[in-house]
Amino acid sequence: MEPLKNTPLCAEHEKLNALMAPFGGWNMPIQYEGIIAEHRWCREKAALFDICHMGEFHFKGDIVASGLEDVFTFSVKSIPVGRSRYGFLLNENGGVIDDLIVFRLADDEAMVVVNAATIEKDFAAISARLCGGEFRDISAETGKLDLQGPLSREVLSGVVGPEIAAIPYFKFIRTKVLGVDAIVSRTGYTGELGYEIFLPAEKSAELWTRFLSDERVKPAGLGARDVLRLEMGYSLYGSDIDEATTPLEAGLEAFVNFDKAFVGKEALLKQRAEGVKRLKVAFDVTSRRSPRHDYEIHFEGERVGTVTSGVFSPMLGCGIGMGYVNPSVATLGAPLTITHEKVSMEATVVELPFYRGGSLRS
Amino acid sequence: MEIYFTKEHEWVKVKEGVALVGITEHAAHQLGDVTFVELPKVGKVVKQFEVLAAIESVKAASDIYAPVSGTVTQVNEALEERPEIVNEAAEDAGWMAIMDMEDPAELQKLMTRDQYDEYVRSLG
Repeated sequence: MEPLKNTPLCAEHEKLNALMAPFGGWNMPIQYEGIIAEHRWCREKAALFDICHMGEFHFKGDIVASGLEDVFTFSVKSIPVGRSRYGFLLNENGGVIDDLIVFRLADDEAMVVVNAATIEKDFAAISARLCGGEFRDISAETGKLDLQGPLSREVLSGVVGPEIAAIPYFKFIRTKVLGVDAIVSRTGYTGELGYEIFLPAEKSAELWTRFLSDERVKPAGLGARDVLRLEMGYSLYGSDIDEATTPLEAGLEAFVNFDKAFVGKEALLKQRAEGVKRLKVAFDVTSRRSPRHDYEIHFEGERVGTVTSGVFSPMLGCGIGMGYVNPSVATLGAPLTITHEKVSMEATVVELPFYRGGSLRS
Repeated sequence: MEIYFTKEHEWVKVKEGVALVGITEHAAHQLGDVTFVELPKVGKVVKQFEVLAAIESVKAASDIYAPVSGTVTQVNEALEERPEIVNEAAEDAGWMAIMDMEDPAELQKLMTRDQYDEYVRSLG
């Protein structure tokens, strides 16, 4: 087994006595003060996340002639410069190699932001599909800090400048941060107003320290991040989606453009014509009990599926989860029973997101 | 009132055949934010080291084992609404059950405070 990798902020996490644990091959902070306190701080103030482990690729060249346009489930050429778009890199079977975001940096330039655990396989898969252009893995040289929460705009304005206030959702600007070239993007994974800042890896500790010198900002670990993303119903790669799952099964067809070419399209069209054999649903639990990955889902006494993500929601005060079920029971209001060994909990299929009070669109 | 500990990180305070049971501060810290406690039913009869209750945190779900054999006579209902009391005061207000003890000799199978502290240190 390969040794765990550290982000450029590892020493900062140690100073803060963070609880560290392996995540996707990285030694990452799970919590500092406590998962629920960090979650609440993000919903109410501004939370700072070390996301340096995620991967970034840089493309330069003709987007259509190079084949980049056909790599993902969405059109790259139609992304306006200064905007980003979420979608998938699929295998031939329509299974999700990764979910990712492409940033259109210029007419002939793009950045692809991918999950940490899939950097190598994503780079290989994309490279194999390109027939031109210059494609580089810039993960090691790129730092990424996420500042998320209703106060993030005020805090970030003080560090970067007032121009960040004008960035709409899923747009970004290229600007100077701490005197170096950076990308400030109005994106995130929490359901709150928030920003992702990409800058040279060697500057990330300085920016981290600068943010934390503001009393409105506290660090948050991957534990809080998981609770926040699940309250919004966002899928987690490796838990809710993977190479054995298609976007149609995951209820993410909105991020697939069937009007263009992409690897996996034929398989998805076939699946759409035949109907999916399982479908992702969201459910809430009638108690404070947490459904967890791999717990069984039952309907009227029969096993109909498996939980892929679950947690106690501090905002809702009950357990919430997502999982795959037989499509016949994937209807709003359907009563489910979630079981594991001697644990049993009653649940109901609900609409996403679980939590609707966030500042995301502020 | 004497206090004893198990290897599974429960504590039991004993006085005149009545046992007050909870989990240790070390266990509560390891669990992180406690979100749910499944208390035993009053009247439940349980043997030493059998499952007495269950506890969940944001991170994990665990069983709680009976430090002694006996009958549950009272449970801490405050934990149903505010399970976080276990994090705030694991060895005090975060108690879980009161039991009528069956056999005081079972206490010899448990650890003293000093022995438990040493045991926790040995876990690293």
